[in-house]
Amino acid sequence: MKRSRRSFLKIAGISALGIGSKPILNAFSASAPQGDTPQPAVMRKPEALTAKHWAMVIDTTKFKSRDDFKPIIEACHSIHNVPELKNKNHEIKWIWEEGYKHAFPTLENPYFEEKVKDLPFLVLCNHCENPPCVRACPTKATFKRESDGIVLMDFHRCIGCRFCMAACPYGARSFNFRDPRPFIKEEKINLKFPRRTKGVVEKCNFCAERLAVGQLPACVEAANGAIIFGDLADPDSDVRKLVSTNYTIRRKLSLGTSPSVYYIV
Amino acid sequence: MYNKGIIVAGLAVFIVLATFPFWYNLGKAAPAPERILTAQAKAAKECILSAELMRTEHMQMLNDWRDMVVRDGTRLYVGSSGKKFEMSLSNTCMECHSNKAEFCDRCHNYAAVTPYCWDCHIDNPKETK
Ligand code: SF4
Ligand code: SF4
Repeated sequence: MKRSRRSFLKIAGISALGIGSKPILNAFSASAPQGDTPQPAVMRKPEALTAKHWAMVIDTTKFKSRDDFKPIIEACHSIHNVPELKNKNHEIKWIWEEGYKHAFPTLENPYFEEKVKDLPFLVLCNHCENPPCVRACPTKATFKRESDGIVLMDFHRCIGCRFCMAACPYGARSFNFRDPRPFIKEEKINLKFPRRTKGVVEKCNFCAERLAVGQLPACVEAANGAIIFGDLADPDSDVRKLVSTNYTIRRKLSLGTSPSVYYIV
Repeated sequence: MYNKGIIVAGLAVFIVLATFPFWYNLGKAAPAPERILTAQAKAAKECILSAELMRTEHMQMLNDWRDMVVRDGTRLYVGSSGKKFEMSLSNTCMECHSNKAEFCDRCHNYAAVTPYCWDCHIDNPKETK
């Protein structure tokens, strides 16, 4: 009993090193005492998508009107059991629409027409390279996954202090002021993904649970090519090519958070 | 001493009342609930760890799984016999042990623990409310 518990923790320790794990786990099991029952192992799924730096390019030229956003938002919110709360103060958002003047306040000039100021943009957590939300979180519930740069949350650890919400300059985080469960439509509920409880902060997770099984994020699938997702660290990836050959903007760059979401305008 | 008789009698009554639950229940401890498996769980034969270990360690195991899945993205567990499991409470554990009321709740009630796993992890994908 003691032994398998210990080996369990050992495996946890090894996988925590953020390695691609397979070769090391093999070596690990090979070095395990022979003649014994083989030790359980923990690993990534072989079909998982991996990257050094996941990034997103939103090609705003491909959106005709704000109606094009709806299926994208809907796809994300229904897959992640995001409740629909009518009260603006209680609203939970993972991906939503924002006017230019709010999305890019540092890129404004006083002579912009109202029309330009209100141009709709799709916004979400930027999975910043230097995320202030992570530094603010006292419980390490919010953390940056070293292996691929996704800023994730462990909802179990969140104590609901909302420091992260104050720290995020993009308003990318929402707080569950109310129990979200009654506000998830029964017919829309995704049984494969957990819900959250009252008193917990939540935000976009770059569909980490989908990447783990080899699927692209839900918004990317729903966007018909207007949202491109890939490994920015890989010079041959689509996102890398797009950002190197197009004029792109990022939100509030001057704050030094270095967003991983790029907009082609 | 004043009122010695009353004090002693009062003390005796107090002790009897305070210890009443203990001797009243003496010898009739509630029997540990019987484990009820779904047909699927019976057919599967093999769980993540041995039945004894699962009984005593499943909470620790779920805790470890949580960190591995959430922090490291390692979601595949290969048991000592080589059987593969997706590391998921809702999608693996509850898929097989879909009789939450009989399998989980009875024992948790007996042990007077109220885990809140199911507040978020949809308790039973198979059973419709
Ligand atoms: S956008 Fe906000 S929540 Fe997302 S990583 Fe950056 S600071 Fe954190
Ligand atoms: S609200 Fe939760 S995630 Fe945000 S800083 Fe506090 S503990 Fe961390």
